[in-house]
Amino acid sequence: MEKSVITPSRIARVSALLAILFVVVGGVSILTGTAGIGVAKVFRTIVSGWREGHLSLESSEQTILFSIRLPRVIFAGIVGAALSTAGVVFQALLRNPLADPYILGVSGGSAVGAIIGILLGAAAVPFGIPALAFLGAVLTVALVFLIGSRGGGVDSNTLLLAGVIVNAFFSAVIMFCISTSSSADLHTITFWLMGDMSLADGEKIVLMGILLAAGAGVVYCYARPLNLIVTGEETAMQLGVDVKRTKIVLFFTGSLITAVAVSFAGMIGFVGLVIPHMMRMALGTDHRLLLPASFLFGASFMVLADTVARVVFSGMELPVGVITALCGAPYFVYLLRTRRM
Amino acid sequence: MPIIKVANIDFRYKDIRALREISFQVRRGEFLGIIGPNGSGKTTLIRVIDGILVPEKGGVSISGSAIRGMRRRDVARLVAVVPQDFPMIFSFRAREIVMMGRSPHLGMLRFEGESDLEITRRAMEMTDTLPLADRSMDSLSGGERQRVLIARALAQEPEVVLLDEPTAFLDIKHQMEFFGLMKRLNREKGLTVIAVTHDINLAAAYCDRVMLLKEGRIHSLGAPGEVITKSNIREVYETDVLVDANPLNGLPRITLLGSTLSGQESRSEAGAAPQL
Repeated sequence: MEKSVITPSRIARVSALLAILFVVVGGVSILTGTAGIGVAKVFRTIVSGWREGHLSLESSEQTILFSIRLPRVIFAGIVGAALSTAGVVFQALLRNPLADPYILGVSGGSAVGAIIGILLGAAAVPFGIPALAFLGAVLTVALVFLIGSRGGGVDSNTLLLAGVIVNAFFSAVIMFCISTSSSADLHTITFWLMGDMSLADGEKIVLMGILLAAGAGVVYCYARPLNLIVTGEETAMQLGVDVKRTKIVLFFTGSLITAVAVSFAGMIGFVGLVIPHMMRMALGTDHRLLLPASFLFGASFMVLADTVARVVFSGMELPVGVITALCGAPYFVYLLRTRRM
Repeated sequence: MPIIKVANIDFRYKDIRALREISFQVRRGEFLGIIGPNGSGKTTLIRVIDGILVPEKGGVSISGSAIRGMRRRDVARLVAVVPQDFPMIFSFRAREIVMMGRSPHLGMLRFEGESDLEITRRAMEMTDTLPLADRSMDSLSGGERQRVLIARALAQEPEVVLLDEPTAFLDIKHQMEFFGLMKRLNREKGLTVIAVTHDINLAAAYCDRVMLLKEGRIHSLGAPGEVITKSNIREVYETDVLVDANPLNGLPRITLLGSTLSGQESRSEAGAAPQL
């Protein structure tokens, strides 16, 4: 009888389970890699280190585990959580199962920003490329809003089309930049466009973590209004939601969360599209559960994809976007063919 | 004492004047029907009453408070709307939909408490939707979905329920069931109901008063017998109908006369048949 009632304890249970999953996946990822540090050895040294107060790993192994792989796991987790959360928000606001975090032009705008940064040599400046990518994303979203809003209100369909058009325009700009750039820049650009996790470090993680926590917090406050908006904007108004304000807050917050992920990690596709659908099928459409579940599961999925990207070819790293698209696209086709969205 | 006061409303969509000089009052516990041709302003009027559209002139007040400038949350505690149909993009279960009716009574991060669950359960009991509680909305039939939406409106605990052509997609059996249920809730719970409908016979059968709209103005307003007359219908719909008294209850009943010719033909054919 209480099957379809969402309670705080159910949300806590599901979230705890998914958090444990993230820890397990993260642990596996830390222990996986081409440096070949054995599981048994790590456990032995951690246990003995706990008893004796210091770790008896060799310093190079410590560096690999805790200064390279651990930050990278957290970085990937943040990116996955951000994209999945933004995906849930955009699918709900636009009432469109095909919406993804990039739909309002964030991808095109941030890519143009990043490519300009790469071509101008901004990589030499700390946070140079992420800052330009972020700027590009924010300006683009503002432009899309300018095109898509009329008379004080924001019409979802107009906004969607404005996003599509702006993205198309920027694709042309990107292709122009690529076709006229040198081969050294080309490799950096390609990696950025397909998603790059290799740049994780402590400062970035703290900055991204704070921005994501703030954004996800704002989004979560609107979880119940989002449920109502999914059933139609006029219905949501009839049920007491200030739809105009909710949409503006959530479109901007969703775009900012996406911009954070994209600026640091590049354009990683399919995570923000597929994870929300997987969670919705498993847990239902109530956003009070769907948002935290997608956040946590998205994080785990991204860590897994990044681990595969790191180790599948020894001695060479694939862009993680290749892995997410290779897994995500067939899975999405499977969903389309077997279930109602 | 009137629960709804509509005073001198003018509303326009850009250059189209949709409502002009609309004034009327609705008594607490009344069942008012609104009829009129396409584009006469029926749905616009419903949306103005609910505060979704803000009129250019005039105002609406419900239970003594003006709707204009009121927060949506506060409007939703006074007025519930049962729409035509329900979009099914990402599906919810029936109980989740009904529980959404509690939304205007909850704070931003508050969860539904015991009393909300109880109100939801009672709303579903009254509409006979408890057996559907754990079914997803897209697996329900049109009639079942409309009952769930009535339950949601009841869970809002409103003073007034607005029906916006709620039976447009239902067959005659479910149309009757829908209006029967609304009439029962209207009588037993004293719920004030305003129903927009295209079905003049349904309006005649279930409404205490009927409002006939023409080009955004009130053409006539009164008991079904006063409003639903041959001349009124001809003036507003530009269509000839036969109005007679329903032999069961004496209420006005209309018959469309577009089919007069074929009707006469078939009668004369029937008359001619024995001669062959």
